[in-house]
Amino acid sequence: MTMEDLLRLGGRSIKSRLLIGTGKFSSYSLMQKALEAAQPDIVTVALRRVDASSQADNILEYIPKACILMANTSGARNTDEAVRIARLAKASGAGNWIKIEVVQDNKYLLPDNLETLKAVETLVKEGFIVLPYMSPDLSMAKRMADAGAAAVMPLGSPIGSNRGVKTRELVEILVREIKVPVIVDAGLGSPSDACECMEMGCAAVLVNTAIAIARDPVAMARAFKEAVSAGRTAYLAGLAASGSVASASSPLTCFLRNETE
Amino acid sequence: MILTLNGKQELIDRPLSLDALVAAKGLCHDKIVVEHNFSIISKEDWAKIMLKDQDMIEIISFVGGG
Repeated sequence: MTMEDLLRLGGRSIKSRLLIGTGKFSSYSLMQKALEAAQPDIVTVALRRVDASSQADNILEYIPKACILMANTSGARNTDEAVRIARLAKASGAGNWIKIEVVQDNKYLLPDNLETLKAVETLVKEGFIVLPYMSPDLSMAKRMADAGAAAVMPLGSPIGSNRGVKTRELVEILVREIKVPVIVDAGLGSPSDACECMEMGCAAVLVNTAIAIARDPVAMARAFKEAVSAGRTAYLAGLAASGSVASASSPLTCFLRNETE
Repeated sequence: MILTLNGKQELIDRPLSLDALVAAKGLCHDKIVVEHNFSIISKEDWAKIMLKDQDMIEIISFVGGG
């Protein structure tokens, strides 16, 4: 019997290497069905001002109780705002897992690594399990890991762009050099993108838009689950080396022409 | 008194506790977090806080996000 392949993250043993974001679903009940199909262990949510005029449902009622809730700090433009959102999330009883997201650039939604690092430092000291969304920069990833980040979450491509792992070369460096898990977050548009990350040796991926706005989000959730699993298995199996010329996979049969092999 | 609730000014013509404000807005206690002048106030303390002119209140809840 083989050992179960678990991800050690934030002091927990995580089965599913597919983290799911809950934005952009057309309804909470559809999101719930997608979560049932993907079976994630970690689910992200956001915090927003209550609109007193709308009696919106409580999203938490649609997320399986066994899931670890990870609030993001979306909307934060600097360290102080990210820290403020994190404290609000914790006070709401959602636990102490936090995805730090500090963005000033509304066009590409690229993260501010420096402000993010400062937020990591502060929130780790306050006892949070901190997962920073970041641009894949080796020095910054090292600093975040040294500051106590539970993982680093480099972007594959801009949030919601569905463009795949455009940052591949840089993410590969993080996978080789960073001691904490590397989780690709943002931009993964198809199950094959997620599979690619897992084959590269990433510890996990975080997917939201590609599932939420698919024609059939439930089926797409299942497809991502299978792709992540396949990519992880391939990584553990050790990918065969690639070459620039052919290498016959069948014996070259010499008897046809009476040659010696 | 004038309060700033979730970024919008509101004129209040009577003494009001934080608890009463939440109730007046028809908000369900178990899904919101309340910040009063940038301090997070736990639910047990909402009734103890009497609001004053120029107070800032943020009422926050969870929504979908990635």
